[in-house]
Amino acid sequence: MADIVLDKVSKKFPDGTVAVADVDLEIADGEFVILVGPSGCGMSTTLNMIAGLEDISSGELRIAGQRVNDKAPRDRDIAMVFQSYALYPNMTVRENMAFPLRLAKLDKETINRKVEEAAKVLELTALLDRKPANLSGGQRQRVAMGRAIVRQPKAFLMDEPLSNLDAKLRVQMRTVVSRLQKQLGTTTVYVTHDQTEAMTLGDRVVIMRGGAVQQVGPPQELYDHPRNLFVAGFIGSPSMNFLHAAVEDGKLRTALGDVPIGERVRRELEGADAPRELILGIRPEHFEDAELVDDDTRRRGMEFEAPVDIVESMGSDKYVYFTVEGERASAAELEELAADAGASDFTGAGASLVTRLSAESPVAEGQHRRVWFNLEKIHLFDPSNGRNLTLHEGRAAGALAD
Amino acid sequence: MSINATPAGADVSADETATSSTGRHAAVPAQRAGRGRTPLSENKKAERKLGWLLCAPAALVMVLVTAYPIIYSVWLSLQRFDLRFPDQREFIGLENYVTVLTNEFWWTAFGVTMLITVVTVAVELVLGMGLALIMHRTLVGRGIVRTAALIPYGIVTVVAAFSWRYAWTPGTGYLANLFSEGAPLTERASSLAIIMLAEIWKTTPFMALLLMAGLALVPEDLLKAASTDGATAWQRFTKVMLPVMKPAILVALLFRTLDAFRVFDNIFVLTAGGNETSSVSMLAYNNLIRGLNLGIGSTMSVLIFLTVAIIAFVFVKLFGTAAPGSDDSERR
Repeated sequence: MADIVLDKVSKKFPDGTVAVADVDLEIADGEFVILVGPSGCGMSTTLNMIAGLEDISSGELRIAGQRVNDKAPRDRDIAMVFQSYALYPNMTVRENMAFPLRLAKLDKETINRKVEEAAKVLELTALLDRKPANLSGGQRQRVAMGRAIVRQPKAFLMDEPLSNLDAKLRVQMRTVVSRLQKQLGTTTVYVTHDQTEAMTLGDRVVIMRGGAVQQVGPPQELYDHPRNLFVAGFIGSPSMNFLHAAVEDGKLRTALGDVPIGERVRRELEGADAPRELILGIRPEHFEDAELVDDDTRRRGMEFEAPVDIVESMGSDKYVYFTVEGERASAAELEELAADAGASDFTGAGASLVTRLSAESPVAEGQHRRVWFNLEKIHLFDPSNGRNLTLHEGRAAGALAD
Repeated sequence: MSINATPAGADVSADETATSSTGRHAAVPAQRAGRGRTPLSENKKAERKLGWLLCAPAALVMVLVTAYPIIYSVWLSLQRFDLRFPDQREFIGLENYVTVLTNEFWWTAFGVTMLITVVTVAVELVLGMGLALIMHRTLVGRGIVRTAALIPYGIVTVVAAFSWRYAWTPGTGYLANLFSEGAPLTERASSLAIIMLAEIWKTTPFMALLLMAGLALVPEDLLKAASTDGATAWQRFTKVMLPVMKPAILVALLFRTLDAFRVFDNIFVLTAGGNETSSVSMLAYNNLIRGLNLGIGSTMSVLIFLTVAIIAFVFVKLFGTAAPGSDDSERR
C-alpha cells in the first residue's frame, strides 16, 4: 500500500497532440480517487502512465515516495482492471487469478490459498475451473477483480471496470467494488465516464477536461461548489440549468426576471474588463412551487411564471420542465458537455428549464405556474473562461452575498 | 488440397458445438440450423432449397475441376497403363501400389520430401513469427516494411529458383564463390540445403502474413494486463500471445505443411532431382510425364494425395485446427 503523487505529469504524443497537461495530484495511502470526464479527455492515458503502460513525457510520478517514471509496469507493483476485463482466454478462472502469483514465483500452496481466499470474497469458488468464455459479463468482471486483489498490490488502477455491464449489474458491482476497497484499504484510482459512479464511489473526485484537471474534491463539494461552468454542468443529473444573464443597472436581466445581486458580486463586476454578459446556473432542486413556499423561505429567493411543458412524476418528487423565452446561454464548455451527452439528455443549454418540485405540487401540463427559486444557491459564470464568480474561498455563496 | 480441407474443418466445428454446448455462448448458427432434429417449417424448407440452389453452381464447378481428375487418377492407378505400350492396358487392382511401395526410389524420395517439409516449416515458423512481429509492431514506414518483406513471395518460384541456381554455379555465382570451393549443387547434402534455403526464403513471407493475421487477434488489453501482472516481454509472448494465437499458428502450419510436401519447382530447377534429391512430386512427374507410365504415375499421385489428406486429418482432428477466431477454438 502506498500513496501516489503526480507532479506536473504530461503526455505529449509524437504527432504533437497533448493528451495530458501538467496534472498535479496527490493520492493518499488507502484513498479511493475517481478520474471522471467526457471521453477522450486523457483519463485513461493518465491511468496508463501510472501503470507504466505509457511513457511520461514530462513531470514526475512517485509511488510510495519513489520516482517510478522509468520503471517497467512489472516493477511498480500495481494491479489493473480493464474495461474489457482482459482475461486470458486459454486459462481457467483459477489459472487467470494465479497468473500474477505464478509470475511472482510463489510456491504452489501459497498460490492456491490466496486464489481460494480471493475467490471466496468474490463468490467465484464454484467457477474456478471454468474458462472465461463460459462466464457471464458480471462473472468475468469479478474474475478480473480477483486477479487484481490476489497480489495485494500497492495500488489498484481501474479503467472503466463496470462500463461493459448492464445497468442493473453495474449498480450491484458498484457496491461490491466499494466494499472491497474499504475492506482492503488499498489505494485505488478509478477511471469512469459515469458521473453516478464518480459521485457514489470515491473519497475524492478529479474532474478532467481536455487533459487538464478542472477540480479535485469530495463529491459533495464538487456538486455544491463547482469551480467553473464545466464542473457545474458535468456533475448532477438532471444537470444544472444555464441561462443567459445580462448585467444592467446593478441587476441581472434573465429570462426569469431581474435578479438582484449582492455587494460581493457587484464588486466583481465593477472592473473595466469585467464581463457584461454572464451565465446563470441553478440546479433543478433549488426551484419550488410558489404555493408551497413559506414566507420565511420566500424572502431568500424570487418568483417567476412560466408555461409548464412536461411533468415527470418520480413519486418522491416531480420533475417539471418549463418553457422559458430568451437568449440561450452559450459557452465552449456547454457545447462540449452537450456533445458528450449526445446532446439529447443535456437540457442545460436549451430553452427549457428543468425543475424538481415537491410531490405535493398540483402542477399539470399546459398550465402557467408560479415558481420560486433560491437566490442563495445561484451560480454565476463568466462565459469567456467559465469561472464561477460566486465562489468565494472555495465556497459558493449565491448571488446575494455581501 | 486446401479445398478438401475446408469442408472437413467446418464439419468438425459443427460436431463439437453440438456435443459440447454446455456454455451459454454456444448458440452458434451451425447449431441453430439443426440437423433435422425438429420438423422444418415451410419457410425453413424454402430457405434450405434456396441455399442448395445458390450453392449448386459452385459445387458443380468443383466437381468438374477437382473431383473428376481425382477419381480418374484413382481409376488409372488401378490399371497397367504405359503409353509406350498401349496394347498392354489392363485392370490389375492394387498391383501398382505394391510396386511403388516396395520401391526404394519411392521411399528415398518420400524421406527427402519429409525432411524438406519438416525442416522448412519449422524454420519458417520461427522466422515468420519474427517477421510478423516486426511487421505488426512497426510504426514508421509500415507500408515499406511490409512490402519489402513480401517481395520474395511475389516472385515467381521458377524465376527465383533460377536465380538461386546461378548464384550457386561455381565460377559465375556470387554465393558459390563466397562460400564453397566445389560445386554445391552436385552434392546431395549441400543440394538439399540449398533447396531448403530457397524454399524458406520464398515462403517465409506467406507464413508471416498468416501469423500477422493471428497477431491482430491478440487484444492489446491482454498484453497490458500481462505487463501489470508482472510478465516480462518473453513471458507475455509465450504465456499470452502464443496460446491466443494458437488457432492461427495451426492454420499457418497446416497450409505450409501441405504446400511443402508437394515441393516441385525448386528441385526441378536447382537439381532436376539429381543425386537423390527428388521429392515425391518430382518422382511422380518423372514417371507420369517423362516416363509416360500413366498407371505408376497416377499411383504416386494418389499416394501423395493420401499423405496430404492424412496430414490435414492429423492437424484438424488431433491438434484441433480451426479457422482463426472461431468461437470453437476459444472454448477448448
